[in-house]
Amino acid sequence: MQFLIERLPLYLDGAWVTIQLTLGGSALAFVLAMAFGILGTINHWLPRAVATVYVEVFRGVAALVLMFWMAFALPLITGFQLEDRFAAILAVGLNVGAYGAEVVRAAINAVPKAQVEATVALNLSWFQRLRLVVLPQAWAQMLPTFGNLIIELMKATAVAYLIGVVDLTAVAQQMRQATGETIVAFFGALLFYFLIAQVLIFGMRLLERRANRKLGRTPPGGTGLKALLKHPAVSGSGGAGI
Amino acid sequence: MIWDFEFTVEAMPDLLSGLWVTVQVTILGYLIALSLGLLIAVVRRVRVVGPLVHGVMEFIRTTPLVVQLVFVFLLTPSVISGMTVGIVVLGVHYSAYTAEVYRSGIEGVAKGQWEAARALSLPASRTWGAIVLPQAIRKVIPALGNYLIAMFKDTPLLLAIGVAELLTQARRIGSASFQVVEAYTLVGFLFLAVSIPSAILIRRLERRYAAV
Repeated sequence: MQFLIERLPLYLDGAWVTIQLTLGGSALAFVLAMAFGILGTINHWLPRAVATVYVEVFRGVAALVLMFWMAFALPLITGFQLEDRFAAILAVGLNVGAYGAEVVRAAINAVPKAQVEATVALNLSWFQRLRLVVLPQAWAQMLPTFGNLIIELMKATAVAYLIGVVDLTAVAQQMRQATGETIVAFFGALLFYFLIAQVLIFGMRLLERRANRKLGRTPPGGTGLKALLKHPAVSGSGGAGI
Repeated sequence: MIWDFEFTVEAMPDLLSGLWVTVQVTILGYLIALSLGLLIAVVRRVRVVGPLVHGVMEFIRTTPLVVQLVFVFLLTPSVISGMTVGIVVLGVHYSAYTAEVYRSGIEGVAKGQWEAARALSLPASRTWGAIVLPQAIRKVIPALGNYLIAMFKDTPLLLAIGVAELLTQARRIGSASFQVVEAYTLVGFLFLAVSIPSAILIRRLERRYAAV
């Protein structure tokens, strides 16, 4: 315990980098998921094909392989060296975005057909239909899976130490090399990851509640403070695993 | 930038041997994940022990696999190979996921089935073995299949503990010959070559079992 308290600032620095990677990666993944997910629902072969190619390619390659490629192969092809942290964000963002796109696509397709027919009857444009009717309902549907994905993304950032980012894992490695205290050094890092995950789970729960309240529904987990802290269920049929 | 085909041919045997290690780790780890996950899903219904096991699994599931790998690897005596450590850690990590999948399947079994087993005064072993699990597992086969692909895609992490899997081989070849672009791009393609067909296969499984 003494050991951890003394070295807390170092761990906090590492945790801050991990948080940066997680937030950056999530932002990128979210934009990509929305864009390609919506493309995947359009009734024309071209946007659908673009979405499918993106999803299959970036879901099929491991985040670490992508990261290595960005960090070591890309500079040789383009002549530009990406900053380590940026390469890591790009890799996890592209990877998780592909999973997210499938979630968005499935959620949009799950909106009852009558809702879409009603918007046609009201003569709403395609954009209005999406913004006012389809997305608010799909949003509540996709949030629980997004919650799982953001945890997966946070975990995936841990490999960034292999391309030289000084994140929480790298701090643990340094700590071990400096002191030889393997158990404490790594357990400290794991504890920090666990705490970050808990905060993310809590935040996603709040978002979920808000989305459901806006639609006049009670969230599936129930109301009350206890439901907020409950862990999300791992999807039974979806491909949330990375 | 010109693609070097000669190098591609030269590097292939090493990369394929790396792919073979990757496949071995995936399959053996998956067997652990399948059996341990089932055990955990059943134990979770036991009082006191259940919540405890659940807490541990939650911790394993919300912390990065790569940290767990390095951690366990550093703690095990050096007679145990990195590959063994990799298989076990990967298997245990994913059993935290498969346990949840099994759980959702078990919860999906109709209450009447439990009651019927009770009414027939079947022992617990028969209730689980002959009534509940056969129905529960059948429903979750596609979801379990997804985790096989997910595990396959997590094997590059074994690079961190020096197992000669695909990415490790590529790094070795790449740094020996300076043909980094070819080495890493080939790894990407090899991954796609395995994961896209298996994704199609899983989708087929899904369709087949969804009909039941």
